[in-house]
Amino acid sequence: MTRAQFEERFFGVARWVVIVLLALITLVPFYYMLLLSVKPIDALLLDPGSMWVSAKDFTLATYENVLRPTSDGGQGFLRLLRNSALVSLGTVVLTLAAAVPGAYAISRLRFFGGRQVSALFLAVYLFPATLLAVPLFVMFARAGLSGSLVGLAVVYIAQTVPVSIYMLKNYFVTIPASVEEAAALDGASRLQTVRKVVLPLALPSLMATGLYIFMIAWNEFLFALLFLAASPGKWTVSLGLQQLSNGIEVPKTVLMAGSVVLTIPVVLLFYAAERLLTEGLTSGADKG
Amino acid sequence: MSTAPGVARKRRRLTAAQRENRAGLAFVSPTFLVVLVVVIVPILWTVLLAFQHAKLVDIQGMGIFGNWTFANFTEVFTSPGFWSSLFTTLAYTVGGTAGSVLLGLIAALALRKPFRGRGLLRSTMLLPYVAPVVAVAFVWETALSPQYGIVNQWGGKLLGWDNPIAFLSTRSYQVDVFGWHVGVPLALLTVIAFETWRYFPFAFLFLLARLQAVPGGLEEAARVDGATPTQRFRYVLLPQLMPVIALLCVLRFIMTFNKFDDVYLLTGGGSGTDVVAVRVYDFLTANFDVGAAAAQALVLAFVLMVLLGIYFKFFAKKVQEEA
Repeated sequence: MTRAQFEERFFGVARWVVIVLLALITLVPFYYMLLLSVKPIDALLLDPGSMWVSAKDFTLATYENVLRPTSDGGQGFLRLLRNSALVSLGTVVLTLAAAVPGAYAISRLRFFGGRQVSALFLAVYLFPATLLAVPLFVMFARAGLSGSLVGLAVVYIAQTVPVSIYMLKNYFVTIPASVEEAAALDGASRLQTVRKVVLPLALPSLMATGLYIFMIAWNEFLFALLFLAASPGKWTVSLGLQQLSNGIEVPKTVLMAGSVVLTIPVVLLFYAAERLLTEGLTSGADKG
Repeated sequence: MSTAPGVARKRRRLTAAQRENRAGLAFVSPTFLVVLVVVIVPILWTVLLAFQHAKLVDIQGMGIFGNWTFANFTEVFTSPGFWSSLFTTLAYTVGGTAGSVLLGLIAALALRKPFRGRGLLRSTMLLPYVAPVVAVAFVWETALSPQYGIVNQWGGKLLGWDNPIAFLSTRSYQVDVFGWHVGVPLALLTVIAFETWRYFPFAFLFLLARLQAVPGGLEEAARVDGATPTQRFRYVLLPQLMPVIALLCVLRFIMTFNKFDDVYLLTGGGSGTDVVAVRVYDFLTANFDVGAAAAQALVLAFVLMVLLGIYFKFFAKKVQEEA
């Protein structure tokens, strides 16, 4: 057998081994999370190695516990879900409102500093969140915004706007300029052109970008911890779950139910718009 | 630019270029405003705070300037564990970056050619990246627990571990290799593994997109010439991928270097995983010492700048040339 033949065969097999392994390492942790969330804690302690749940053990009491309001002795995650949804949706709307004109200007208009500005925005990611956290913490304490969801959303806008501009810009440049010129000839103003011509054409990209922003805001933890830790009524789901794990006597199975509650919205959204998102993120990358 | 050359022209309507300039600036200004208020001003303020005596209690009343001191930096540099924490951060960053890019590359190569269910697997493999960090960190923590974790159970059954291993709280795990006692930094390696697992989808996504844009003829020609798969990878694919790999490494390096949540959630920064980002948080919340936290964060940002500077000065060009 020549070296080439050997290698062809070896990699032919290795490829499938890798594929199976990758499927396992991505799926098993999520399966494990789901599995523990429907078990009573006794069943877990009795047989920690078990990879399934028997019909008589199966329970949804963990979810009841997590979702019931705190006044009824539950963990009040419904309220946290509402908080997270408010912050995330607010961030999506406001970020897009700022990023769409910004991305349009960078991709279409020639203006003073236009070339530098997109690099400047991306430089935001050079600075550690912890570096921003210190002064923001102080600023918000002064402005009375600590412990408010609005303050949190403002920070999220700054964290998501650069990547949004990048994603939108990559899409805007693919829209032929002639479409806009036609609109301009018909007497449309710049704003009208953007609103009536460019935005409808860019709808897929807008959705992908919005989804990505939503995921970042929904999953964020550090700023929520810094700004909201002292006001339990305003906790996001991520923060609430982490605080729950610090609590005494909260069974791991309840914690896993909380994790499932936290994960499901993001995963559902992701699967609904997966193609859009991956294309939105990587467009431009295939040009080397 | 806006200064009109003459009165006669000023009366006339603005030129198209001037109008475009104005529209551009107006369109960018909302974003610029947010970035200014929530990013640029805080960064400048951090620099100021780092040179001031500032505890959280008295910061409410104090002015922006005054109380100048170098004490914060002395405190940071002489505090116990500063240098080891910097080293930990580096090890964590290099390990996490290399691991995620390498695994992403392997995954992209494996999923390159179509097979049944590839689309589904491709999106499923992105789950670790899109799932909330708090949730997946707890899953790892639970699975690795010495008491009820599945990993220790199966490890004991299948691999014959005698005692359950506390992955997340063992600073140094003693292993006998040919009679040598070697301490393995287990908690740190576990955190690196988590980082690799969580971010390989990111690298995978970009590398797969790039791989699929490589013209098929290139590889076909190499195959006809008798190149083996490893040779085709080394001399045909890798040069095509190199710019994307370099970019991914830089991006992941920056992100991991500043990473806070992953380590904080998994180990709380204990057991030899004391990365600088967690130390900043500790300064801020445990001692309410804003000045020291700012100084520590500044040192972290400075080290990152120097490393990036070195990279772009000496290595970035080389990658470009090889590609």
